[in-house]
Amino acid sequence: MARKKVVKYSRSRALLWTVAKYLAVVLIAVIPLIPIWTMVLWLFMQSFSSKVIMGIVPAGLTLNNWRFLWAPLKMGLKEYPNIWPITFNTLALALGVSGLVVFVSVLGGYALSRMEFKGRTPLMEFIIALHAFPSIILLIALFVILNKLGLYGKGFMTLVGIMLIKAGLEIPMATWIIKGFFDAIPWDIEWAALVDGCSRWRAWRSVILPQVLPGIGAISIFSFLSGWSEFILVFTYVKNEAYYTLPVLIYHMIGEYKFIDWGLLSALGLFFTIPTLIFFSTSQKLLLRIYVGGIKR
Amino acid sequence: MSSESEVYTYGKAKLARKILPWLFLAPMLTMIFLSWIAPVILTVYLGFTDLSIKNFLAFIRNFFTPEVHITLDNFRKIFFGEDPYISEVLKITVLYVVSVLSINAFYALFLSISIAYFIKNEFVSMFLRVSWLIPRIMPGIIYALLWNWFIDPDYGMLNKMLMLVGVPETMLPHSWLLDKPYSQILMIIVNGYVGASFGMIVYTAAIKSIPPDLINAALVDGASDFQVAKNIIIPLLKWPMLFVISWQTLSLLASYEYILMIWGAGGGGGYAGIAKAAGVMVWSLYSYSKAFSEYAYGYASAISLVLVVVGIVLIYVYFRIFGFKKLMAPSRIEV
Repeated sequence: MARKKVVKYSRSRALLWTVAKYLAVVLIAVIPLIPIWTMVLWLFMQSFSSKVIMGIVPAGLTLNNWRFLWAPLKMGLKEYPNIWPITFNTLALALGVSGLVVFVSVLGGYALSRMEFKGRTPLMEFIIALHAFPSIILLIALFVILNKLGLYGKGFMTLVGIMLIKAGLEIPMATWIIKGFFDAIPWDIEWAALVDGCSRWRAWRSVILPQVLPGIGAISIFSFLSGWSEFILVFTYVKNEAYYTLPVLIYHMIGEYKFIDWGLLSALGLFFTIPTLIFFSTSQKLLLRIYVGGIKR
Repeated sequence: MSSESEVYTYGKAKLARKILPWLFLAPMLTMIFLSWIAPVILTVYLGFTDLSIKNFLAFIRNFFTPEVHITLDNFRKIFFGEDPYISEVLKITVLYVVSVLSINAFYALFLSISIAYFIKNEFVSMFLRVSWLIPRIMPGIIYALLWNWFIDPDYGMLNKMLMLVGVPETMLPHSWLLDKPYSQILMIIVNGYVGASFGMIVYTAAIKSIPPDLINAALVDGASDFQVAKNIIIPLLKWPMLFVISWQTLSLLASYEYILMIWGAGGGGGYAGIAKAAGVMVWSLYSYSKAFSEYAYGYASAISLVLVVVGIVLIYVYFRIFGFKKLMAPSRIEV
């Protein structure tokens, strides 16, 4: 009898704890997400609707928000640059950053992972230290360097300069990540190739490289996306509208079009987010791993 | 003869083995020099000059032009109150760093215990984790666009949601961007969402690596999930917490992109005036605006230099506290 009571008591106590537990989960982890979910839903709904009710319920399907794809945008007397050259600039910047980062960091990561040389450990420590160091406070000095190299105010060449800088800023992290991929390949495989008479270069190209392809894929997507969404370098260094990239165009358009045309802004925003969406839906696992490893803040 | 050539090839191979790593490293070192080392050195130098729009072109033509003077004025301005706005900037920066840091380090702790321990369903847990990562993954300018919509008093949802949960209309600001305590609350929340996932990732990995036996033993002994969290999980997360706090201190001190994007894009007019009016002018943004909206490059570099020094000291401290191995560990965590 007494025992039954105890069981009953502990059962109702357990129930109470369970309720408290899920209440905590809802309060801490679910409710704060409501604004984020709302915003993301709004972006999709608004871009195809002439009106949304309560932010997320679409009313009136329209393609008018997407008119920037085929018609120039005018605001009073001001005409915005056509979207396609701007998209091209953005794409060129992203591809350039990605190509440079992959080339440089694969070479560097291999050397750090596989070769013995003086100063290897200090160099690795230095790379980690760079990863912690916030590059964004170097913008003024980088501006001076860009000027000194004669790349400021030079149209497309300015974008090339930004590409170099951006790639340089991404390289420590990318090298670190790709080094991790090289570390995961057992020495024996490379050893076997070398014993069979491969040159080091040959061993690298036909034995090692195929094994780190996922890593190369990951850093190329990652650096592509970071070049694609780069804002502050282009915003600061490019003054000629013809060489804007999409984030800078969107920045200037938010100021002009808010109050008036949220539909246009959301469509433009969604257009810009397409690569991010594609890459995250196709290689989510890989990217999450990199985002987790490469977090800066 | 043959032995001589053997020695020769052996010597050559040895030399090649010495040179080869540096050939592989050369592009990386060049890029790092261009984007990191040269700017750091230059920031130090510029901080001691009066470089501004007036002598900028002469400086670009010749780094040692007599038109640019070496001076300590910049530091006098920063440390001896000759720039009256500096103390305001300092106050805002402290508010910003301390508040966002407590979200990133402590709120994230409860968040990851909820997501990684309280929720046993793997699918729900994963869904929430990915949701919390959205602000970090989404391009910054889109995050700025979405917030600008969300806080809009007429079209956005923030005021409507707050009224729905019973906040009286008189307490809501006309403009979240410009009305003062509200703009600072917004600054903290916007950056808190981005930073919370950092702590969440680090803590979640740490929680998953706690041996299940430890937790099961406590549960068998009749401990509740709350007691497990309080007495087992939190004490074990001491090091990850220290890591998050120290790492985030530095990145928060230097971060201003989201403030620049949200206030600059949404405020209309220049970002500098808006940020000042809204009370969101943090230290690094102040340096940026001194350089690129007032063209006082020398003074702006001196303000940045303070952060460079703080950064180098903090990084040195991380290495002392955590050691090289521990610092590398977070690069191998799975979500």
